[in-house]
Amino acid sequence: MDTQISGRVWVVGDSVTTDAMYPAFAMKLSIPEAARHIFYELRPGWADRVDKGDIVIAGRNFGLGSSRPVAALFRELGIAAVVAEEFNSLFLRNCINHGLPALTVAGVHTAFTDGDGAALDFAEGWIENTTTGVRLTGGALPPLVLDILAAGGILPKLAREGYVPLPRASHV
Amino acid sequence: MTMIEKILARKAGREQVTTGQTVVCDVDLTVMIDLQFATMWVPPLRINDPEKVAVIMDHAVPAPSVGDALGGTHARAFARDFAITKFYDVGRHGICHQVIAENGLARPGEILACTDSHTCAAGAYNTAARGLGPAEVYSILCTGRTWFQVAPTLRYEFTGTKPAAVSGKDIFLHIAGTWGDATNHNLEFGGAGLASIPMNDRRTIATQGAEISADYSTFPIDGLARDFLAERGATPDSYRPADPDPDAAYAAVRTVDLSALEPYVARPGTVSNNSFPVSAIERRPVNQCFIGSCANGQLEDIAIAAATVRGRTVAPGVRLLVTPASQAVYREAMRAGYLQDLADAGAVVTNSTCGACFGYHMGLLAPGEVCLTSSTRNFTGRMGSPEAEIYMASPATVAASALTGYVTDPRGELN
Repeated sequence: MDTQISGRVWVVGDSVTTDAMYPAFAMKLSIPEAARHIFYELRPGWADRVDKGDIVIAGRNFGLGSSRPVAALFRELGIAAVVAEEFNSLFLRNCINHGLPALTVAGVHTAFTDGDGAALDFAEGWIENTTTGVRLTGGALPPLVLDILAAGGILPKLAREGYVPLPRASHV
Repeated sequence: MTMIEKILARKAGREQVTTGQTVVCDVDLTVMIDLQFATMWVPPLRINDPEKVAVIMDHAVPAPSVGDALGGTHARAFARDFAITKFYDVGRHGICHQVIAENGLARPGEILACTDSHTCAAGAYNTAARGLGPAEVYSILCTGRTWFQVAPTLRYEFTGTKPAAVSGKDIFLHIAGTWGDATNHNLEFGGAGLASIPMNDRRTIATQGAEISADYSTFPIDGLARDFLAERGATPDSYRPADPDPDAAYAAVRTVDLSALEPYVARPGTVSNNSFPVSAIERRPVNQCFIGSCANGQLEDIAIAAATVRGRTVAPGVRLLVTPASQAVYREAMRAGYLQDLADAGAVVTNSTCGACFGYHMGLLAPGEVCLTSSTRNFTGRMGSPEAEIYMASPATVAASALTGYVTDPRGELN
């Protein structure tokens, strides 16, 4: 598996909640429609400005809240990775299970501003701001987690193991 | 080892686990809720063990949309095809954490997983319970296992005796207001003061662990807990509780003197470092008061609300919504006359559902409105418009405030 990613970053703050990313009304919509409303109040219109391969950088306690699968919306928009000072663990698991690399790196929130370039390796556990040249080291993901990411998420893995009939179940 | 470390070690087949380790554990019960079946549901080809699965209809019932109705269709087909005996369809339904509690499904020393972030509620019964995303719950359903990272544990030591006007919600808000978030930590409660905290309040506290971003929140099994479980079919010889070792390592031990507490209120946005004694809250007019959810829609909560409003009238311009946490609570509250008292005072009593708490299909707020809720979450935009404000307090405080029309100390109203 290629564990290196590079792209343009978007920076959000501390304690961004799942309600702020996946509002209740969006839960009535399909995943592609719901993805249009991510950060609906925090950064209105954000979904229109995101490019495939972009990276989201966040502060502390990223993803506090519910189990609604925000990671499916990020994947839908083409977000390649999320990096935070600290994740809510339910949110972190949701990212991994949807095949979205999620790296915890102290100091990352202040090391980036919107539009900077980033390169990271989630197996080795580092991120570099390619605009400023600053490089930070965080926690490398354990092998068990890398296996899930390599499979493209937990549902493709289940499909391969014969538990699920078809690959389109990737956003259950 | 702490309570959680003991449970994780046991279920991972290890002598011991330590902080930071990643372990693979057997899951004793997987609880699936209606939302899981409503979006892109694919019936699995095989599942691990139908006896270790419960299906509970709670978030959007009775179905407010065709999509949710289809979720019900899928859930019923799944329960039938895989012979799921623990199926709680509309009519015997309720918010899953309440249904889990009243049917003795959360057992001491076991692991319980569910697609709802407030699954940590079952920690009141010494269960390692946590919310997981729908994809992961699907995976546990199929394989019977998942992985956990062993987080450090914060121990809360209760001393003193809980005053009658102080509830589990107040205790939790005091903790959240004083110490803030517990991200990537487990919460463990205990101490000599625990005996004065009834089971419903323990569940409120355990439930709200999710709000301070904790992984698990667990209580020990004492006489009160044993009796509670035995009345619901889980006899003491059928489970093995996990008590912490005397030399268990904690990230911190924090003492809560229950006797010194008063009712608390959280200001809008978050509970962390944002909860204050009600006496410190400004006179804040409210438009909607809500009593319900997995945290505070229990029979005891409805009883307090009914006692507060009995013979009085909800203030003009205020809506008081009351949602019993389950159909069983609804029936009990009706039998006891609580629902009559509430309705006579001008409250709207709704069907049991997650409903207003997650802002999906009823009780939503308009821009500029202020809500005082006893439910689980006061995030911006949680209950409708992001331009509404959500304060949070105990059922007693919410009921008292519904009578006056502004955030009110219930100790005046209750006496």
